[in-house]
Amino acid sequence: MSLSDKDKAAVKALWAKAEGKAAEMGGEALGRMLVSYPQTKTYFSHWGDLSPQSAKVKKHGAVIMGALGKAVKGIDDLTGTLAALSELHAFKLRVDPANFKILGHNIVLVLAMYFPADFTPEVHLSVEKFLQNVALALSEKYR
Amino acid sequence: MVKWTEEERRIIRGVWEKVDIDEIGEELWARALIVYPWIDRYFGSFGDIFTTTAILKNPKLAALGKVVLSALDTAVKNMDNVKAMYAPLSRQHYEKIKVDPDNFRLLAECITITIACKLRAELNPQVQATWQKFLSAVVEAMNSQYK
Repeated sequence: MSLSDKDKAAVKALWAKAEGKAAEMGGEALGRMLVSYPQTKTYFSHWGDLSPQSAKVKKHGAVIMGALGKAVKGIDDLTGTLAALSELHAFKLRVDPANFKILGHNIVLVLAMYFPADFTPEVHLSVEKFLQNVALALSEKYR
Repeated sequence: MVKWTEEERRIIRGVWEKVDIDEIGEELWARALIVYPWIDRYFGSFGDIFTTTAILKNPKLAALGKVVLSALDTAVKNMDNVKAMYAPLSRQHYEKIKVDPDNFRLLAECITITIACKLRAELNPQVQATWQKFLSAVVEAMNSQYK
């Protein structure tokens, strides 16, 4: 489900608005994922505190949103933009790619929470497609 | 059968109390059809659902949204018995409407996102997790007669 010009515009517009809160939202999304989908905690057991209040969770959430921000800027070539990250996830982190969808859901939810008026069904659609394409690009190097 | 703690029951009822069935019901199917457009295969008799504008003001969709949320209300009030309560609904969706059960998951997703827009930070991580557990039980109940 490739991104239309309309999708790209919608994602860029929402991201421009969300940029200031991106770090905070990332922490929220990651924190919520760890609570709602406890199986995802298996990747972070070395952190100790995996609660949404944990400093490590918040910091890592911010890192993830930063990477997504770069993906938005490189939205015309997600495979290229995310190539290094794909290698990292495939060979070093070895995250089961099914988890990209799970984190994606939580990012969508947090965006809806923070920007309910902007998160119209059409924007929701474009963001979901974008995250799906990000997941695909991140999976590129796996096999 | 799903077991609910007192805390979980309290949380689920707390979320549901804040849901205005008329308000949320009206937008529910619009979001589903816009975000997951292939769902329109089941809506042949609903008239114009082919543009965002048409979808957003289609009265049949609004009415169906309220029907779905009324059914969800039944689930909230009978949390210990959702599977049995929903068996006839599940059978109807399987045998008569012939709905791919993956759509139950998609609609549940739309319900949660719509509620997130409404409740915002009140849908804190623990509330989100519990609410999603409840909807998973409902989705499972809707799947139960597909055999």
